[in-house]
Amino acid sequence: MIHALLVILSCQLVGEVLARLLPFPLPGPVIGMMTLLAGLALSKRLLALIRPAAQGVLAHLSLLFVPAGVGVIGHLAGLGGHAIGLLVATVVSTALAIAAGAWTFLLVARLTGQQGADGDD
Amino acid sequence: MAMTDLVSFWSYLSQGPLLWLTLTLAAYTLGDALFRASGRRPYVNSVMVAVAILAAILWLTATPYATYFEGAQFVHFLLGPATVSLALPLFDNLPRLRRSLLPVAAAILVSSVVASGSALAIAVAFGITGPELASLAPKSATAPVAIGIAESVGGLPTLTAVLVIFTGITGAVIATPLLNAMGIRDWRARGFAVGAAAHGIGTARAFQVHPVAGAFSALAMALNAIVASFVAPLVLTLFR
Repeated sequence: MIHALLVILSCQLVGEVLARLLPFPLPGPVIGMMTLLAGLALSKRLLALIRPAAQGVLAHLSLLFVPAGVGVIGHLAGLGGHAIGLLVATVVSTALAIAAGAWTFLLVARLTGQQGADGDD
Repeated sequence: MAMTDLVSFWSYLSQGPLLWLTLTLAAYTLGDALFRASGRRPYVNSVMVAVAILAAILWLTATPYATYFEGAQFVHFLLGPATVSLALPLFDNLPRLRRSLLPVAAAILVSSVVASGSALAIAVAFGITGPELASLAPKSATAPVAIGIAESVGGLPTLTAVLVIFTGITGAVIATPLLNAMGIRDWRARGFAVGAAAHGIGTARAFQVHPVAGAFSALAMALNAIVASFVAPLVLTLFR
């Protein structure tokens, strides 16, 4: 468990270092994820080592957003006179983005024949 | 215990991290139990329930957010390691991902443009301009990326953080009924659309629904971190 955590935290640390060197805003943890992905592709031992720890952290991914969510409540009043406009824009655009993303994915999958026999699995 | 003892015990407890860490886990556990008791209905979102409970407690006890965060930071910190850990479901689904390269590339571009473009168009219709408008452009990206983009285009980082979390919860709540109504059953398309539009909170929801949806959602979130850095500032220039 300690070894797995060491690997995960080290990947994040590498990500944070690389994030400072890149010319565009990409967060350290996302680069850390790519680093770990490369490691998993290279080593079966690494895969076996981190699987239980990674699954443990991911089992309650929702929980990790609670502190930030509580922080947001305090700022709702600060939205001021534009609150309604910002909320409508957020809700409608999120629905449109989900619909457009799913629809584009399916359309291009059909056009290119990348439908995957696993479409309904 | 005398009243003064109770008061001093409360001030001791409420200043340390133990109470707030415990309450964060308790509120989430309650939210998760309600989600299960509802028959896993998407609108009983465990993040939303936990946030409402904790916000009410902070308000009733007049506790500042900074004091609460002393305890909650231990949970908040795990967001980084959890993001790194998403490499595991991505790796497990690599063969599926390889077979979906073109749909993935097209969907991330369209989703990113539609998310920023429609949000800005609606906001402009409501008379929103300047820094507030700029804060809205990157709201579908994961929080640290969105805040970085907001700073670079003259937005307000705090407002962007609020809009990002609100976007995530909205996506997590509406995705299942919306995609069902559209008749989309492909788990790759469903997961990918949620992760692209609603980042980590949408991805957490996708993992609750199906492991393939979760993996594609994680991929979309990671890709949108890159794509939104270019798309959001570009789309914003069309609106000002």
